[in-house]
Amino acid sequence: MVIPRGQVTAIMGPSGCGKSTLLNFMGGRLIPRSGDVIVDGIVVNKSRRRQLYALRKRMGMLFQRSALLTDLSVFENVAFPIREHTELPEPLIDDLVLLKLQLVGLRGTRYHMPAELSGGMGRRVALARAIALDPMMVMYDEPFTGLDPISLGVIVKLIRQVNDALGMTSIVVTHDVREGCSIADYIYLIGGGNVIGQGTPEEMQNSDSPQVQQFMNGLPDGPVPYHYPAPDYVSELFGEEPK
Amino acid sequence: MNAIRSLGAWVINGIVGWGRAGLFLSHSLTAIFFVLRRFRLVIQQLFSVGVLTLVIVLVSGLFVGMVLALQGYNTLVDFGAESQLGLVVALTLTRELGPVLTALLFAGRAGSALTAEIGLMKATEQLAAMEMMAVDPIERVVAPRFLAGFLSMPLLAVMFTLVGVVGGHLVGVGLLGVDSGVYWSSMQEGVDAREDILNGVIKSLVFGFVVTWIAVFEGYDAMPTSEGVSRATTRTVVGSSLAVLGLDFVLTSLMFE
Repeated sequence: MVIPRGQVTAIMGPSGCGKSTLLNFMGGRLIPRSGDVIVDGIVVNKSRRRQLYALRKRMGMLFQRSALLTDLSVFENVAFPIREHTELPEPLIDDLVLLKLQLVGLRGTRYHMPAELSGGMGRRVALARAIALDPMMVMYDEPFTGLDPISLGVIVKLIRQVNDALGMTSIVVTHDVREGCSIADYIYLIGGGNVIGQGTPEEMQNSDSPQVQQFMNGLPDGPVPYHYPAPDYVSELFGEEPK
Repeated sequence: MNAIRSLGAWVINGIVGWGRAGLFLSHSLTAIFFVLRRFRLVIQQLFSVGVLTLVIVLVSGLFVGMVLALQGYNTLVDFGAESQLGLVVALTLTRELGPVLTALLFAGRAGSALTAEIGLMKATEQLAAMEMMAVDPIERVVAPRFLAGFLSMPLLAVMFTLVGVVGGHLVGVGLLGVDSGVYWSSMQEGVDAREDILNGVIKSLVFGFVVTWIAVFEGYDAMPTSEGVSRATTRTVVGSSLAVLGLDFVLTSLMFE
C-alpha cells in the first residue's frame, strides 16, 4: 500500500478486518509481525523510542471515541500538545488554540468540559487537538461512526477542508461507503488481511470484483458469507453431537 | 491432563505478570526524573491522593487511639500499671497500627481511586491519545501519582499516630482518670526515636511504595472495559492489603528482634 502526500486516502473494509490495526502500525503503537511501515522515510517499526516520539509530533490522530482528557477543559485539551512540546508564551498559545477552535467552529465552547459536549462536538475538538501542532499527516479512526446527519456533514466537510487548507496527508479508516467515497481521493479496500481492491471512488463503484461489489453495495451474502462457519445445520438439528 | 495444563498456564501467567509489573516499575522510576522538573503535576496529585485521604485517616486514628486506651486500661489496671497507658498507646501506634492501618485505609481510599482513574483513562483511549501526541503516559500520568503516593503515605501515618495518641489521652485521662503528666511522661521515657519512630516511618515508606505501585500498575494494566476496570480496582485493594500485612510481618521481624 502506498499513501500519497497531500491527499485524502480512505482505508475501507468490514469491521474487524484490521483497519484500526493498520493505523496503530503507522503510529508505532503496534509492531507488525512481518513487513515494514515507512512514514516520511522513517521505518516506524524499527525506529527507536526517541525517533518514534519525534515522528509522532508530526502526526495527528483522531480516535473513534475522541479521547479528550476528561479533567481538562476544551481549551486546555487543544493546548495540551502545544504546552507539552513547545515553550511558547501564554498569549501565543491562546491565539493558536483559538485559531484551531475557530477552524472547527467551536471557539465558543472553550470553557466547556469534555463531558458537556455532544459526540460530534467532542470529535471536532479532538480534531482541533490533533492538528494543534500542524502535523504533516492526520489519521482518522472511524470518524463517521455514531454521528447524527448534521454532525456527520460537518466532519466530512472538516476533513476535506483541513486536508486542503493545511496541505496535509489524511488517512481515513472507515466502513461507511458513502462518506468514504465522498471525501477520498483514493480508496484501499481490505479484507481478510489483504488489499482486495483499490482505486478512485469511481473505479471502485464500477469494479467487477465480487468482493469489492459486495462491500460497496452492502450485499448480505457473497464472498463474505452470511453464515459464520458452523457444522452442518440439518445434522445439528437432528441431534448429532457437534464435533 | 487439563489440570496440569491450567496449572502451567497459571504459573506462566503469573511470571509474565510479574515481568510486566517489573518493567513498568523500572519505566516509572526513570520517569520520576522527568516529573521532578515539573513538580506542579506532583502537587496536584499530592492533593488528590494525600489531602483527600486525610479525613478518613484522622477519624480512624482518633477512634483507634480511643479504643486502645480503653482496652489497654482494662488490662493494665489489673496489674496496677495504668501509669504505663501512654506508653502502650504510643508504642502500638508508632510501631504497628499507625503504618499498617494507614496503609490499609490508603489502599481503600486512594489506591482504588488511582486504579480506577488510570484504568478509565485507558478504556477511553486517553492514554493512547497521549502516546500519539508523543506524550509518554507513564511520565505524564503514572509517575506523578506514584511519587505523590510514596510521599504522602509516611505523612499520613504520622498524622494517624499523632491523632491516635491524642485520642488515647482523651479517653485515658478524660474518661478513665489517668494522670495527664503520667500519660505523657511514660511516653517520653519509653518511646525511642530511632528504634520506634524511625522504624515506623520506614515501614510506611515501604507500604507507600508497594501500595502505590500496585495501584498504578493495576490501572495501567487493566483490561480496557468496564468489567476490566472493576476487576483491577478489586485486585488493587485485595492485593495491596495482603502485601501490607505480609510485609509488615517481615519488617517487624527484621526490625524488632
